[in-house]
Amino acid sequence: MSFERIRQKLSILADAAKYDVSCASSGGKRANTKKGLGNNTGFGICHSYTEDGRCVSLLKILLTNHCIYDCAYCITRKSNDIKRTAFKIQEVVDLTINFYRRNYIEGLFLSSGIFKNSDFTMERLVAVAKKLRLEENFNGYIHLKSIPGASDELMREAGLYADRLSVNIEIPTKSGLKLLAPDKKHDDFIKPMQKVKNEIIQYKAERKIIKSTPRYAPAGQSTQMIIGATGESDRDIMYSATYYYKKFNMRRVYYSGYIPVMTDSRLPSLGTEVPVLRENRLYQTDWLLRFYGFSVNEILNDTYKNLDLDIDPKLSWALRNLHLFPIDINKADKKVLARVPGIGMQSVFKILQARKFRNLDWSHLKAIGIALNRAQYFITCNSKDFYNKGYDSDTLKAKILKSSNSKYKKYFNQQLSLFS
Amino acid sequence: MNPQTILLYDGSFEGFLCCIFMVYDQKIPNAIIRKESDTNTQLFTVTEEVITEKHKATRVWKGFKSKTTRNEQLDFFKVFLSEIKGVENTLLNYMQNIFTKKNNRNIDFSNKDILKISQVARMVGREKHRMEAFVRFQLTKDNIYTATVEPDFNVLPLIVHHFKDRYADQQWVIYDVKRNYGIYYNLNTVETVTIEGFSRKKTCISDELLAQNETEFQKLWGTYYNNVNIKSRKNNKLHKQYLPKRYWKYLTEKNSTL
Repeated sequence: MSFERIRQKLSILADAAKYDVSCASSGGKRANTKKGLGNNTGFGICHSYTEDGRCVSLLKILLTNHCIYDCAYCITRKSNDIKRTAFKIQEVVDLTINFYRRNYIEGLFLSSGIFKNSDFTMERLVAVAKKLRLEENFNGYIHLKSIPGASDELMREAGLYADRLSVNIEIPTKSGLKLLAPDKKHDDFIKPMQKVKNEIIQYKAERKIIKSTPRYAPAGQSTQMIIGATGESDRDIMYSATYYYKKFNMRRVYYSGYIPVMTDSRLPSLGTEVPVLRENRLYQTDWLLRFYGFSVNEILNDTYKNLDLDIDPKLSWALRNLHLFPIDINKADKKVLARVPGIGMQSVFKILQARKFRNLDWSHLKAIGIALNRAQYFITCNSKDFYNKGYDSDTLKAKILKSSNSKYKKYFNQQLSLFS
Repeated sequence: MNPQTILLYDGSFEGFLCCIFMVYDQKIPNAIIRKESDTNTQLFTVTEEVITEKHKATRVWKGFKSKTTRNEQLDFFKVFLSEIKGVENTLLNYMQNIFTKKNNRNIDFSNKDILKISQVARMVGREKHRMEAFVRFQLTKDNIYTATVEPDFNVLPLIVHHFKDRYADQQWVIYDVKRNYGIYYNLNTVETVTIEGFSRKKTCISDELLAQNETEFQKLWGTYYNNVNIKSRKNNKLHKQYLPKRYWKYLTEKNSTL
């Protein structure tokens, strides 16, 4: 293989794929059979980190950046004047194997621009995965992009070789999609998602009866939404995220702050700052919904359409519901503990275990590692000191902000100065 | 006043367990356990050298196993591998605590030794995980994938399984230049090796020993690494937090010449 040529292709096709934020390599357990290459223990590994602080765990590339669509937000859209190229199937296989053997990556994340039509593209993606699994005996992680509009047969085959499949919904609202990607239909996104979901359900049912049923996409499916491109509210985003979690059993929904890469009157102008803080708050909300037992309308609803940027969503919820606090650390049950600002699930677990031995006081809580600067106002423990002094929510918020030192301070200082 | 007893052992895990055996066997109160290599004699102490005997170590470990879960055993071993000065004494207290308690399934995180053990075990666990991530193999002429590392804690024993399961069809060596030993997989078993060529001063593999296309693949990896970075999201603080500078020396992508 000509290394120089591959190097050129790699630089173009890796560059075009980097806006997809999904990098998970977890969830798809796969043992190394017959002394082959690679395995997947179900826990992901981040092998490196780029200077923007994002992890590199997979070889994330496009098969080609030729595309018949013209979506405004996408760097490889038809009307964009950029260098176009394509990998051969064997080239992707060789790259993956050689990177994997050197412990650079956990596996492959293959996406593609759409050339000719959906099925033609999907066929190539499946061919790469098939070759890796069958010819190279590769058991590492494979994430394939489901091409919108791909046929059911191809989606079925894809799931047999890939660990995860994903379709990026990109724009959280239908109206936004119409504006920015006029030639894509909402139904085209839904079709492969629906197929994958049904296949997974079917696989799980069949497996109970026949143990040797071939596995189908063990790491499930995920999707991604661009935020800050069409002026949607946090409520819109989180409601559609919840919809995808519930309707299609998504493992993950990713939120990707829009990075202006070209000028278009429909989009934020070049040089607009990437909304990293908003992105962070959305992920926090996502976690609250999935692991902390919150439901989406508690955090976002008609009255509260957007998340506070200066405080985290759990604290924000607690400040609106001060009547539920303070709670007693030594008595409250798990669900209630998980709702206290400054206490994470790890600490909840430790508190539950430790309090069986003795009543906990502030020093125990500190040693366990909860964020007392926030938590202290919402709890009581085995101590005469308590900090819940009947403050109203504004005073309390000011008090907490004053004592905390957020890495995001620079962002909201700017925003405050707008109004002063 | 009874003088305090200092028990010295050879640095191995078994040696350490023998010290615990001795504490129980001779009913030594307030014993201090130390490696032979870092002795310093103190006033009013008695120093005793403990000879490592396999059957004693096995007995202690068997007793410990019957009282603990697999995770607790693993944590105990991890904490030992941390090589933190004085950690042997925390482990001793912890084990005494385990042996006195009645069968109780809960973990008392408000006990300072138990909390310390769980915290140090996490530190070691993190380092193990980092090694699984940051090992970079280079293919040499004799067809062995070779990597050098310098982990904060002695984690090679913990990563053997991971690499053996994953790279079952290739020969590999992971060499700890700080502790001057490595693990080598010969397609069947993993064995401990010492290699003359490596030392703290000479940590990398010389170019003439590398296989034909090795540098080409390293360059490709460098190209990939540089191209997935999004410049408008630059965040150096986060970058260094995840990828501390002390590991850069051994990372191909941080040393690729492009």
